[in-house]
Amino acid sequence: MEPLTSAEIIPRILWQFLPVWIALLGLFALSITFKRRSGLYGKLFDSTIGMIGFALVMFWVFTGIFGAMDLIVTHDALAQASGMKNKVPGTPLRGAEAGDYPYYLLGGDNLARDVFSRTIKGAWIVVQIAPFATLFAFMVGITLGLPAGYYGGKLDTLLTFVANLVLAFPVILLFYLLVTPEIVATGIPSYMAAVLFVFPLIFAGVLLNSRYHTRPSVRTPLLIGVLALMGWLYLSLVSDAGTPLKVLPGWLDLFDVPGGILVVFVAVVFVNAPTVFRIVRGLTLDIKTRDYVAAAQTRGEGGWYIMLWEILPNARGPLIVDFCLRIGYTTILLGTLGFFGLGMPPESPDWGSTINEGRKLLTIYLHPALPPALALLSLVLGLNLLADGLREESLRD
Amino acid sequence: MGIFLLRRLGVMLLTTLCLTFVVFWLTNLQPNLEKLAKTQGNMRMTDTQVASWLEERGYARPILIKYGEWLGVLPGYVNVSTDGSVQARCLDDGMTIETAPRYCGVLQGEWGYSTVFREDVSDIISIRLGLTAKLMLWVMILMVPSALLLGVLAGMREGSRTDRALSTISITTTATPEYVSGVILIAVFASSAVGLKWFKGTATSAMEDANFENFFLPILTIALFGMGYIARMTRASMAEVMTAQYIRTARLKGVSFPNIVMKHALRNALIAPFTVIMLQFPWLLNGVVIVETLFNYKGFGWTLVQAAGNNDIELLLGVSVVSVIVVLVTQLISDIGYVYLNPRISVS
Repeated sequence: MEPLTSAEIIPRILWQFLPVWIALLGLFALSITFKRRSGLYGKLFDSTIGMIGFALVMFWVFTGIFGAMDLIVTHDALAQASGMKNKVPGTPLRGAEAGDYPYYLLGGDNLARDVFSRTIKGAWIVVQIAPFATLFAFMVGITLGLPAGYYGGKLDTLLTFVANLVLAFPVILLFYLLVTPEIVATGIPSYMAAVLFVFPLIFAGVLLNSRYHTRPSVRTPLLIGVLALMGWLYLSLVSDAGTPLKVLPGWLDLFDVPGGILVVFVAVVFVNAPTVFRIVRGLTLDIKTRDYVAAAQTRGEGGWYIMLWEILPNARGPLIVDFCLRIGYTTILLGTLGFFGLGMPPESPDWGSTINEGRKLLTIYLHPALPPALALLSLVLGLNLLADGLREESLRD
Repeated sequence: MGIFLLRRLGVMLLTTLCLTFVVFWLTNLQPNLEKLAKTQGNMRMTDTQVASWLEERGYARPILIKYGEWLGVLPGYVNVSTDGSVQARCLDDGMTIETAPRYCGVLQGEWGYSTVFREDVSDIISIRLGLTAKLMLWVMILMVPSALLLGVLAGMREGSRTDRALSTISITTTATPEYVSGVILIAVFASSAVGLKWFKGTATSAMEDANFENFFLPILTIALFGMGYIARMTRASMAEVMTAQYIRTARLKGVSFPNIVMKHALRNALIAPFTVIMLQFPWLLNGVVIVETLFNYKGFGWTLVQAAGNNDIELLLGVSVVSVIVVLVTQLISDIGYVYLNPRISVS
């Protein structure tokens, strides 16, 4: 078979993305139809920049999801095909059997794996980790930042000092210290995970308790239910056969996060949380002088009620914008980890690792490194544009 | 101001102590020490041999004592083994145990010995830091003026087409981490596959003899990522200043637009970016590590990667002390500079 020309490669790639296009079209059609009834999300569709950003982000989200369902990928991301090493884009697969996709659309990497499929699979890793890691960082930052800003005093001094400690640490040094196999063997990341992942529980518990504590008949069953469910998830997340923290017996353990991924997750949450803490603390300091907070204090509301149900909802605008930006930053951090070969298993298709492998032969073969680089660029760009659009629209009221 | 400075310095000192202790603790964990014993001694040592190796060299003691020794506030250990040979922390070649100093830590200028480069840590760090300073200097020379120019041009007419275009550029550069822009720049300008070949894809030769061809790509790569952020801050600050009352007054008086921008707006608009530029240093340090690895420029960041990747405990400690101090000093300078530039802010 003849190799494909670039005029043939592009339509084929676009065709492979067909499920993504359909999903995107559906999402946009629905969202634009109902945009007047969906609050800030709907207003996003009034700004061109926001729409472009949202489209880019959702493109990669759908790509990640469908890629994980094996819809878009053309080959197994880990399979090596003989004779395909460093082959240019559009090379026909040697010895293709019936049912195999006959081409390597974006060529082969230096281990003869399909670059296109690896890039798609890499999207799933990012789409899985980045939003969750950011969410956890926000939980930690909010749970600590609200009381620091609201109560001030010694607590504030201590927490701010600790946050500044983490912030003064060069990120890469921290990664090297946390993610090396020797440190993982001591179990420190597992203990850190146990501490960091407890914050969503605290957050949910305090949130519900402060709202419903006057109505014990609602509160008690609600709290028991929510905390039991979250506690179970927490324990299955933390307990892992290979680590010192094996608390749950195997049959109760819902899922096992692969060791490397958990460490990466912890490292990223740890790096992001202090910045979120500082933002939340600053916002709280500002908002606690407002009249509605004084009104709530006069009504005799408890501190946590005021923090979580008066201050936090009013700080949501800047926090949502920062959430988008921070997902982008987390994506960059994940790429950095991969770039230094930290945490992820070496054959992992995540973008950072792929760029790292591709860069070694970069001056001769461009195609293994460029697709993941451009993918990462477009996703982070999308998130930044989305944050910009959100900021513009939320400032408009 | 004096009390403010003193308090900041005190906090800085405390932060440095805490951070170096954390690094010390993380690098002196048992698995790291065992690995060190095996690489320094013999790969096939048994567990008891490893334990005695660590015992002889003073590693098997409480972490706080070891930290004190490393810092130079506690006297170094002296071990006389059963066969009469002496192991001591402060014992260098050509010294006897009587002439060796009692204290030898970072405070005495003894940074230790690198097991990877087989040189004194202080020598390595000073050479590598010099190379990185050269890189950073050029990054600053390229980044700061272009970022300020971008920001001022975008911010002086908010919402105009220039503003939109320049803002998109700066958003794009902030969305491009160094390892992405570096790869793209090498692919476009240095790869033999595309054929542009304007620059070199490695900067190894730039360590002795830096010229445009081998040094521009690494500089551009670091500068691009930081540039967008500074430009956006400058733009926001400029846009805010341009809506101020005194600018309107100047306009109504009939001052020409270039004059308003240059003489009235610019000075006030540049206060905020100054802080941002200083606070960019920690990020630049990150960029330096990535770019030096990518372009194989053997500076400070490259040393960090080598030390961390090869379990070179004392070198890693030295590198982290220096980088933490750099970060803290820039934070201090940014605070002081902010107060200095903006008379409306006062510190009590």
